[in-house]
Amino acid sequence: MIVEGVEGVGYSEVVEIALPDGGKKRGQVLEVNGDVAVIQVFEGTSDISTKGTRVRFTGRTLHLPVSQDMLGRVFNGMGEPIDEGPDIIPEKELDINGLPINPSARQYPRDFIQTGISAIDGMNTLVRGQKLPIFSGSGMPHNEIAAQITRQTKVLTGEEFGIVFAAMGITYEEANFFRENFKKTGALEKVVMFLNLADDPAIERIITPRVALTAAEYLAFEKGMHLLVILTDMTNYCEALREISAAREEVPGRRGYPGYMYTDLASIYERAGRIEGLEGSITQMPILTMPDDDMNHPIPDLSGYITEGQIIVSRDLLRKGIYPPIDVSPSLSRLMKDGIGKNRTRDDHDGLQNQLFGAYAKGKEMRDLVAVVGEDALSDLDKQYLTFAEEFEKGFVQQRKDEDRSIDETLALGWKLLGMLPEEELKRVDQKYIDKYYPRKKSE
Amino acid sequence: MIEGKIIKISGPVVVAEGMAGAKMYEVVRVGEQKLIGEIIGLNRDRATMQVYEETAGLKVGEVVIATGRPLSVKLGPGLIHNIYDGVQRPLESIKAAQGSFIDRGFSGDELPRKAWKFVPSVAAGTTVSAGAIIGSVTESELVEHRILVPPNVSGELVKIAPEGMYDIEEDVAEVRTADGKTVQVKMYQVWPVRVARPYVRKYPPTIPLITGQRVLDTFFPIAKGGTAGIPGGFGTGKTVTQHQLAKWADAEIVVYVGCGERGNEMTQVLKEFPELIDPRSGKPITERTVLIANTSNMPVAAREASIYTGVTIAEYFRDMGYSVALMADSSSRWAEALREISGRLEEMPGEAGFPAYLASKLAGFYERSGRVETLNGDTGSLSIIGAVSPPGGDFSEPVTQNTLRVVKVFWALDKSLKDQRHFPSINWLSSYSLYLDDVEGWWSQHVDTTWRKTRDRAMEVLQKENELKEIVQLIGPDALPEKERVVLLAAQMIREDFLQQNAFHDVDSFCSEKKQVLMLQTIMSFYDEALKLVERGVPVAEIRQTSAIGRIGRLKYVEEAKVPSYLGEYQAALRAEFSSLSDQYTG
Repeated sequence: MIVEGVEGVGYSEVVEIALPDGGKKRGQVLEVNGDVAVIQVFEGTSDISTKGTRVRFTGRTLHLPVSQDMLGRVFNGMGEPIDEGPDIIPEKELDINGLPINPSARQYPRDFIQTGISAIDGMNTLVRGQKLPIFSGSGMPHNEIAAQITRQTKVLTGEEFGIVFAAMGITYEEANFFRENFKKTGALEKVVMFLNLADDPAIERIITPRVALTAAEYLAFEKGMHLLVILTDMTNYCEALREISAAREEVPGRRGYPGYMYTDLASIYERAGRIEGLEGSITQMPILTMPDDDMNHPIPDLSGYITEGQIIVSRDLLRKGIYPPIDVSPSLSRLMKDGIGKNRTRDDHDGLQNQLFGAYAKGKEMRDLVAVVGEDALSDLDKQYLTFAEEFEKGFVQQRKDEDRSIDETLALGWKLLGMLPEEELKRVDQKYIDKYYPRKKSE
Repeated sequence: MIEGKIIKISGPVVVAEGMAGAKMYEVVRVGEQKLIGEIIGLNRDRATMQVYEETAGLKVGEVVIATGRPLSVKLGPGLIHNIYDGVQRPLESIKAAQGSFIDRGFSGDELPRKAWKFVPSVAAGTTVSAGAIIGSVTESELVEHRILVPPNVSGELVKIAPEGMYDIEEDVAEVRTADGKTVQVKMYQVWPVRVARPYVRKYPPTIPLITGQRVLDTFFPIAKGGTAGIPGGFGTGKTVTQHQLAKWADAEIVVYVGCGERGNEMTQVLKEFPELIDPRSGKPITERTVLIANTSNMPVAAREASIYTGVTIAEYFRDMGYSVALMADSSSRWAEALREISGRLEEMPGEAGFPAYLASKLAGFYERSGRVETLNGDTGSLSIIGAVSPPGGDFSEPVTQNTLRVVKVFWALDKSLKDQRHFPSINWLSSYSLYLDDVEGWWSQHVDTTWRKTRDRAMEVLQKENELKEIVQLIGPDALPEKERVVLLAAQMIREDFLQQNAFHDVDSFCSEKKQVLMLQTIMSFYDEALKLVERGVPVAEIRQTSAIGRIGRLKYVEEAKVPSYLGEYQAALRAEFSSLSDQYTG
């Protein structure tokens, strides 16, 4: 929408649009050129007429009223309550774009978070203040995994997590799944939900994650809470970004997505972290569905460049009936090294996960080889690796949807699996841990 | 002073009128908050500017003031240890002024306002040329900061301050130039970032930059004053490799530019570097490091400038006669910033939306490297190592391709190696270094005469393994003759026991050039001995069982001082095992 004859309009300020029929809409200034302002309308441009529509410039950028009372409430994608509860009495109003955290004020994330899922805790550990996305595809149980993580997540020192849940363009059913899930486990009073559903205007999706993170920043850095922020589904967010970019007639980048998508995504993901001297933290877990399971698609690709690792959900494992179908080999947690080990998880954790990775990779290699030359051609050792890979998937990765494994249980399982291999093969673990934990030796 | 009014705002690009007389690339202060910007286009009295700070809330009609000077950095004592944003604003001062988040409109001193102890090294009355050293300041435990006459000043040194404490803003010398003007010299100088600092000439790059990383030093070395590109998809270890270089490279000064990358990575550098001890000087490595951090969520235009800020600071230390290494992580983010601004200017896009001048800008940046004769006749070097983040890990994209056209060393990070947890995941078949011949002389003179020969033989084994692997995939491993299985064994040992290096292991993180040669020689002579055994009829499966292999595998974790005695034990074990095998099969 273009408005003429304006004066003193600020870049990206919020406008209120009064429609001829008395209705109201909101929008934001995209560009000002002399006395012409280009405005992006949040609720869609239907009912707007070039005659009789009035625009009021509010003189400020989009702000969100925040308060401790937001916990337990449900909001729409713009941050307005939709749960029949009273309006929020704001303690403060904050710019939803936030400000970048000064790199020299950040505290390096090191606190281990226990999600109760072995494939994550054991192999791709999450730490407080990290941003670790789940790369999934359509039809895969990423929602179940996310729900399980939100239910079970804790730190070993016992502090609790608050949850900020931002939905962008997901269906009513999916939103309901999460709501029921939170309700069932009694977690609802520590959850703030922002819902932009599939039939809400796409343009609002640009706002939703920012609104959610603004609330999270307030609760974390001013109220000292530890927050886990779930953003789902980032793919819908990027689609909305492309839609707007196309409408603005910008030069498209890869696959029609705007060239600044990296910067835009970074302005969301980088709002995770910890700040020196402050109590709270923001841990992000964005969920995105990879179009056609293609990791090189711009959305997962650019996300992967910004986030600190990724958890990859694999269709092959799903077909094998394994839940959670997390493929540990391409998954990665960049902050893991500093979050595990002595006094954090356990001293043998690093060597153990390294050895498990190696052995599982070798087992999978054998699987490919069997497909070519048949099982008979393998040596005994190779066969041991083959069964190891099977057992690793069935015994370690697989667990029930309500199974909350402690880190000790996870590590014990790992050692049990290594017991299937001869001791000489364990080249990546320090000998002292082999002496301490390797099961075959213990039984002797 | 030229003062204009804003007429158009679109993201970081702002247009103002009434700017007649302003120059291209002049710095401007935009709006009431005095945001920093730079003029990137002029059309009659209209100036197009890129603004280095967030423009939300900026209004049409607000004032734009031209400052009359191009985007410059202040070069002087206080750079070391410091951490700056893309336009040389100290992040620590911003934190002190604004708290944990970066707000707009900060202005403060680029260099800490403090007194330094100045020690003059020339007497008044001497003639000084441009770039001459007139004194020094001990900046950190490792760096003696030499005070230079600015590159555009020369003449008779009229006055020079005696030894003592001086504030950074005080004059320490006075030079009368040939045309009779007097120029005051301070301990710092100001230099525009987009202009390369002058030098006399470039020398050929014959000295390797030792990095302590085996795959780099032995297989694909970079020379002091050289350029290298590290492309790799996400998760392949670009940043770990860059950090390793910043930690262990034998440069006297390291400038690390975090350009459009993660905030937590910069924090890691800030927390980790002060604890790390340089193996050569025994001092914390922060004592020689300058950090520039413009993370991905900081304004995009400042990201474009950050690379130039970094390289100008690096050149300044080069001019003092130091060997300097600049790490840029990542140049792709810089190119994307160019693209974003170019898009806002509605320029005609080239490949993948990047502006057509991407190639010339990249080349211009890498050409600022080199081992040079400085203006004062000393020798200094500036090596540039740029990480590239190709979308989807596809090396055919424009930033990677244009980088490869200018850099001499290519370290190709490989996703499949990363999946196998082979670190550093530098692919030995697709990487290359054009400095091999240049640095060969240095290696044979300073380390070992057989370096090149051993390296080439090892490379041959790896190449052969690659061919054999194709055959194995077709017909299975059993079909290979014993002689070729030894090759596979040797290649495996080179890969696992030499190329793989654990950046997080106390000993293995850094490997001296001497130990590198010893390790590779050990593996290659094992290969020779094993070949002899196979010719006598010993099956490779038996050789694989020997304890010698395990000993070689643990060699990388053996401390430098204990290597000779460890190798002695190994050789004894090897001889015993091999001769018993030999007896078993021949006798």
